[in-house]
Amino acid sequence: MENIVFDRIRKDIESNDVVLYMKGNAIFPQCGFSAAVVQILSQLGVPFKDINVLEDSDIRQGIKDFTQWPTIPQLYVKGEFIGGCDIVREMFETGELQDLMKDKNVPMHDAA
Amino acid sequence: MAMNAGEIEALIKEGIPGAEVRIQDLRGDGDHYAAYIVSAAFEGKSRVQQHQMVYQALQGKMGDELHALAIQTATPEDN
Repeated sequence: MENIVFDRIRKDIESNDVVLYMKGNAIFPQCGFSAAVVQILSQLGVPFKDINVLEDSDIRQGIKDFTQWPTIPQLYVKGEFIGGCDIVREMFETGELQDLMKDKNVPMHDAA
Repeated sequence: MAMNAGEIEALIKEGIPGAEVRIQDLRGDGDHYAAYIVSAAFEGKSRVQQHQMVYQALQGKMGDELHALAIQTATPEDN
């Protein structure tokens, strides 16, 4: 069971540059922490795949086991787990997130 | 169920001996906390690993009884 879920997660994070596991979706986040990460990614102009864990209880638990990370949201860039809301926010404020996107060749719209 | 700041602090200190821990009750509701943790044990570790150490110290309470805990970690050198 776990393997099937982990395989789905691996497939998603490997076939999309940026993936956000979140509560709700990018248009209607259903949790303040998820909303905060959506806002940061939008501000950077980074396209991302949103995966709503509230619609899939296997993924909701599976993603926590996959990274040994107990909370949602979780951000992945090019298959690598970057962090949850606190880390993403901290990295955004210091400019590290922007550098990471550049290093990994993730397209960003020019920030206004 | 909510946890109080003292319990959170005690768990983190137990899990990461010698850590300096500051807990803030963000809304005064006993449910939304911020933790600031300084420990030499974080040296050479990524932020993800540092936060994982804190989660481990909380023994599975994070995401369960403890629903909102913002975590910020630092090494003594960062200060």
